[in-house]
Amino acid sequence: MSELRPSDVVVIGAGVVGAACAHYAARAGLSVTVLDRGPVAGGTTGAGEGNLLVSDKEPGPELALALLSLRLWAELAEDGPDFEYQRKGGLIVARTGAEAGAMAATAATQRPCGVTAHAVDAADLASYEPHLAPGLAGGTHYPQDAQVQPALAAAALLSSGVRLHTGVSVTGFRLGRDGRVLGVRTSHGELATGAVVNAAGTWSGAVAALAGASLPILPRRGFVLVTEPLPAMVRHKVYAASYAGDVAGDDADLASSAVVEGTPSGTILIGASRERVGFDRSFPVPVLRRLAAQAIELFPFLAGVSVLRAYRGFRPYSPDHLPVIGPDPRVPGLWHACGHEGAGVGLAPATGHLVARGLTGKDPEFDSTPFAPTRFAEVSS
Amino acid sequence: MTGASEPTPVHPPGADHFRIGVDGRPVPVEAGQTVGAAMLAAGIRSWRTTRFAGKPRGLFCGIGVCFDCLVTVNGTPSLRACLVTARPDDEVSTT
Amino acid sequence: MTHDLVVVGAGPAGLTAAVTAARFGLRVAVLDAGSRAGGQYHRHRAGRPPAWPPLARLHTVEHLAEHRVWAVERTADGFAVHAVAGERDGGPVTVTGRNLLLATGAYDRQLPFPGWDLPGVLTAGGAQALIKGNGVAPGRRAVVAGTGPFLLPVAVALADAGVKVSAVLEASRPTPRAAALAPHSPARVVEAGRYALALARRRIPYRTGRAVIAAHGDDTGLTSVTVARLDADWRPRPGTSTEVACDTLAVGFGFTPQLELAGQLGCATTPDGFVAVDARQATDLPGLSAAGESTGIGGVHLAEVEGELAGYAIAGRTPPRALLRRRAALTRFAAGLRALYPVRPGWSSWSHADTLICRCEEVPRDRIEEAARLGADDVRSIKLLTRAGMGWCQGRMCAEATACVLSDVLDRPIAAPAPTRPIGVPIRLGDLAQGAS
Repeated sequence: MSELRPSDVVVIGAGVVGAACAHYAARAGLSVTVLDRGPVAGGTTGAGEGNLLVSDKEPGPELALALLSLRLWAELAEDGPDFEYQRKGGLIVARTGAEAGAMAATAATQRPCGVTAHAVDAADLASYEPHLAPGLAGGTHYPQDAQVQPALAAAALLSSGVRLHTGVSVTGFRLGRDGRVLGVRTSHGELATGAVVNAAGTWSGAVAALAGASLPILPRRGFVLVTEPLPAMVRHKVYAASYAGDVAGDDADLASSAVVEGTPSGTILIGASRERVGFDRSFPVPVLRRLAAQAIELFPFLAGVSVLRAYRGFRPYSPDHLPVIGPDPRVPGLWHACGHEGAGVGLAPATGHLVARGLTGKDPEFDSTPFAPTRFAEVSS
Repeated sequence: MTGASEPTPVHPPGADHFRIGVDGRPVPVEAGQTVGAAMLAAGIRSWRTTRFAGKPRGLFCGIGVCFDCLVTVNGTPSLRACLVTARPDDEVSTT
Repeated sequence: MTHDLVVVGAGPAGLTAAVTAARFGLRVAVLDAGSRAGGQYHRHRAGRPPAWPPLARLHTVEHLAEHRVWAVERTADGFAVHAVAGERDGGPVTVTGRNLLLATGAYDRQLPFPGWDLPGVLTAGGAQALIKGNGVAPGRRAVVAGTGPFLLPVAVALADAGVKVSAVLEASRPTPRAAALAPHSPARVVEAGRYALALARRRIPYRTGRAVIAAHGDDTGLTSVTVARLDADWRPRPGTSTEVACDTLAVGFGFTPQLELAGQLGCATTPDGFVAVDARQATDLPGLSAAGESTGIGGVHLAEVEGELAGYAIAGRTPPRALLRRRAALTRFAAGLRALYPVRPGWSSWSHADTLICRCEEVPRDRIEEAARLGADDVRSIKLLTRAGMGWCQGRMCAEATACVLSDVLDRPIAAPAPTRPIGVPIRLGDLAQGAS
């Protein structure tokens, strides 16, 4: 392994969020070192579907972040190495008239924010998705929803201008008398730096604790089923109107509504269950059964399709389900970029962009106070 | 379907011999044989092409591990030819 | 109904364990993917069971043939084994038991070389299965290649099925120390001698230090192979290549254990990647035992002894001391035998930039090298970046080879990780969904 060298910025975490922070910091002219105790995309990123969604977000700070990210992903896809960027569009379907009404009302609030949302009549659903189940009440088409292959995307963001060290664990911080960050201690020696970006995903709380700061990031477990490769049968990212409620939900129990989508490799991905069970690494059969049943409800042909594998991710979430982005005033020089839950791939470039602007002393393009790391402390004190 | 142009073996008639169809071509089977074994015995060495390079594939591991020998039987796709025991009048379609 | 014991695998280890436990009064269920009990070793044609005693006692257990187990779970009082019954038209089945024995066996280890994806190239076990289970000869003219004693019975079986076997090519040079193993298992040495004689009688040359380093063919499949002499690291010696015409290549480089169910339960494994068991074949998880090749490659005799031991132990009986002694001797013999047939790293020089490493997703060697240069330094990262190991076989054919290619690029040893396969075998979504709440 090459030697650790002093850098303007050290990013902890080589997932997609850390990769984006590193990428934009390097583009802003800073020298950047990325450290990860595992490989690139070895955590939540590698266990995700790569969703770039605006459809599931209500108006607010996260939607603003998502819209900026969409623009940035499109730019990155044009300039950089391939990471299977696909602007496939999302299709939300409603099973009942009541669901359809709620869905239309949500779309009406999203449109003024810059979201494109087309109402789709029940009769027209088949022209969007020929294999959808009959009898659905209607849908909304979100042409901006897109997808990337997350591991390839992270690797692409790290492919130039960044010094990457995998297999290196951060074991502590070196802080000045004033509490300012002077460097990080690692399993492979010490590294001087004036700024550390904590992009450690579900382990961000532990990294913050090394610097003496508390950060309430916890894991939320999710599963994805992957089918055999097939000719293209599912064109959009398709999910039931109840999914957005699960994403925002606070229920510790299993919340699941299938999100079904095809991939360029021909497989169909079926997500996404959400459970707050800590780092429980088991694969409970009832959760897999339920995902399968819900997917078949949307696309009956799936009953005859084989599932080849399932994978599990732990999504980092914060108490208010918003990411934590920005400087930590308790430890000058420490920045957080974490807590994106299941939207980390979608929100990564905007997160990196915000962090890079902050690191170079530029104003953010929009109000980032809803993401402030101190917001939890204020609530509790 | 590709295969060497070998003559189809002729089996004596009897209760433990029957035929299946492979893309409409009759293929003899001894009871208990798998679809894959019957096809190979009839000189058919491959019955699937890969989805990227279009390369022919047939039996490889022969014991249900590699999934190279996937085949459609009576309209049911993605069955392992090395594991599916042939039944009288099965219709196998290759791609 | 909860069984006292559920066994996965009806081969030498699993069925021996099952009938042993049943003899002591346990209610036993045996699930197996095959349509007839016996596993790979006692594979037989329909209605022609071999004279193997446990098969004669099959009626003392509940034998669930053509049951593909896709998941095992712990329950409050034991284990739930989830299967799909019937290869083509079955439905989901869950069998529960207080004890679970995994006897899932092993499959031929493969090493990629140019043309290994041509029809006509078969695993050694696959060639044998065609003959033993179906009475079908895979071709007319064959070469048998790879490493390990298993190549011998495969060559004999091919010859006896009417196939002209050009040669058996053993990549290792095992002869000098073989004699040293004799005290541990006279029966195995006699067996080896019998096979050597059988090869000689059939005029099949047995050549060591040689390998098939490439296969060639046309639209219909294999037509010839390139054979080369190898140095001690298995690199081809320059100028030694010859081409041999054949329509069949039976190839295998030892065996890889089937560990997905053990992995689902998370029991401990040995440093060399097998299920770790104690003297009673028990794993570190209460109620969970394992026997046979998944606990170490040792052959049919050791598998049967291990199965019998497990049957005694699970029934709460003390096994005969002779059985324990026999296992110890066979285990030593197996370890010595494995040491004679190591896979050497030079095999990776047989493959070219465009040689497929992952057959399912058609990932060639150069894509893996490219991903390694992008920073992927473990097998999972390679999978995420290249799709190698993501296809139908879920890395069973390529994970070890991928690790070796990675080792080449990074110039340090990379181990293939223990498999994490929460879906043990593919299952239709409709079967999976049944019973959903």
